[in-house]
Amino acid sequence: MSGAAIGMMFLALITLWGGLLLSILHLRRHPDDPDA
Amino acid sequence: MAQHEVTHKREVWSGRSVFIMAAIGSAVGLGNIWRFPYIAYENGGGAFLIPYLVALLTAGIPLLFLDYAIGHKFRGAPPLAFRRLRRGAEFIGWWQVLVCFVIGVYYAVIVAWALRYTFFSLTEAWGDDPEGFLIEDFLQQDGDATFGLSFVPGVAWTLLLVWIAVLGVLALGVQRGIGNANRFFVPLLVLLFAVLVVRSLTLEGATDGLNAFFSPDWSALTDTGVWIAAYGQIFFSLSVAFGIMVTYSSYLKRKTNLTGSGLVVGFSNSSFEVLAGIGVFSALGFMAQAQGVQISEVVAGGIGLAFIAFPAIISSMPGGPFFGVLFFGSLVFAGFTSMISIIQVTVSAFQDKTGMSKVPAVLAVGGVSAIVSLLLFPTTTGLNTLDVVDRFANQFGIVGVAFVALVVVAWIYRRLPELRDHLNSVSSFKIGAGWMFFTGILTPILLGYMLFSEIRDRIRDGYGGLPDSLVLAFGWSVQAAVIVLAVVLSFIPWRKGIDLEYELDENRPLTPSATDGTSSGGTQ
Repeated sequence: MSGAAIGMMFLALITLWGGLLLSILHLRRHPDDPDA
Repeated sequence: MAQHEVTHKREVWSGRSVFIMAAIGSAVGLGNIWRFPYIAYENGGGAFLIPYLVALLTAGIPLLFLDYAIGHKFRGAPPLAFRRLRRGAEFIGWWQVLVCFVIGVYYAVIVAWALRYTFFSLTEAWGDDPEGFLIEDFLQQDGDATFGLSFVPGVAWTLLLVWIAVLGVLALGVQRGIGNANRFFVPLLVLLFAVLVVRSLTLEGATDGLNAFFSPDWSALTDTGVWIAAYGQIFFSLSVAFGIMVTYSSYLKRKTNLTGSGLVVGFSNSSFEVLAGIGVFSALGFMAQAQGVQISEVVAGGIGLAFIAFPAIISSMPGGPFFGVLFFGSLVFAGFTSMISIIQVTVSAFQDKTGMSKVPAVLAVGGVSAIVSLLLFPTTTGLNTLDVVDRFANQFGIVGVAFVALVVVAWIYRRLPELRDHLNSVSSFKIGAGWMFFTGILTPILLGYMLFSEIRDRIRDGYGGLPDSLVLAFGWSVQAAVIVLAVVLSFIPWRKGIDLEYELDENRPLTPSATDGTSSGGTQ
């Protein structure tokens, strides 16, 4: 693989999977009110 | 508006995790596996990531939030939700419902094909001619591009099984049926696909495939068509703006973190798409090397990728049947969970309007859908019919109703500020002027452009070299009928006792008749 292709692959994985990880962590920090 | 009513109980998800799983199950569908890799490759490879990310953040996730706000605040399937938003908007809800009906009747057929191919994989039944096997042996297409009613039993009975399974899940209800099905099938899909990707990455030629997929063509970034393709992919992939997310969010509890959940759903969908791109292009790299050709000669998307290219790949590799079961099993699970969400929109809308209970509504609406599906598609001309209906349902139906909905909500009734406030009142991730701009200005302009381009191109060029009569009957006429019927349905009276003015308001206290999310009526 070319350096540019490797770079874009890692960028894709970091931004999308990283975004998923951050959004899960964000959600876990804000639990819903169980009585609502 | 201080009317008190206790009407039939609206079903409710047991928690947001079930809702998130169901929303991911709906968003991750066939398009993630067979459309995204091809679209990305054709539109700049690695460079496509940039417009794709921009589209996700400026259109996909904002539209997801909008759907959640409408469904959660007005607590209904699209017709009821839009009716509660404003009397004159009900037809938009029915338009979305009918688009779901049209998509559902052909989507089931592809799930049925994938199910048969899961078993074909065990024996590599296509032999050394996957294309001939698909067109002549399995689908038995007669080569005549007209419309006929000669049935293909091998497709018809599988399709019947798919419909029985879908309606069975829906009959069990929102939590027991849809919720549990997604809690089982979504993790299973991720597991199957992860194993498939690992296997693909170990094939010879995999890195060549990945190189082709991720190599950036930076000149693509100055091409308007590439940006439109990115917005189109995000738009079609996320199950937004045609009623599914409105319906699913209407079953959420009163205080549910809408935007926080939406971020997880949006990023999950895109994360899966990238995974699919890696798996598909690793496999295509292997195929190109095995055949001694360039990647560009084996790249395909849609039905050609799934039912012609992949069978060829499966036949070329050691342990092919195992790989085939992983691939087609993934298609079945991805398609099935999306299919459930599509048909639930129609069932839920019918229940809201008539007050009919769950099982009779599933049998009535789902039964009609199944009959139409079984009559039109498992035939010797079904492939062309499906092709035309699919094209128009997506590019004209979904884009058209999304465009009209945004214009009506944002510009005619000017309800975006209220929906923004609703999202912020229950959510942890706050939105503001950016969301208003993306949903009220940017996305309507893009959708309007996509719609105009499609109408212009189809009028000028027809579609796919198919006869004009077929395109007229199953493309234009179906979509025109959908719009007319949507308007007609919006004039049919609602069942007695329903509160058509109800809306969830966080600033008002709960009253006994407005127990959150469990009553389709309520107190204002």
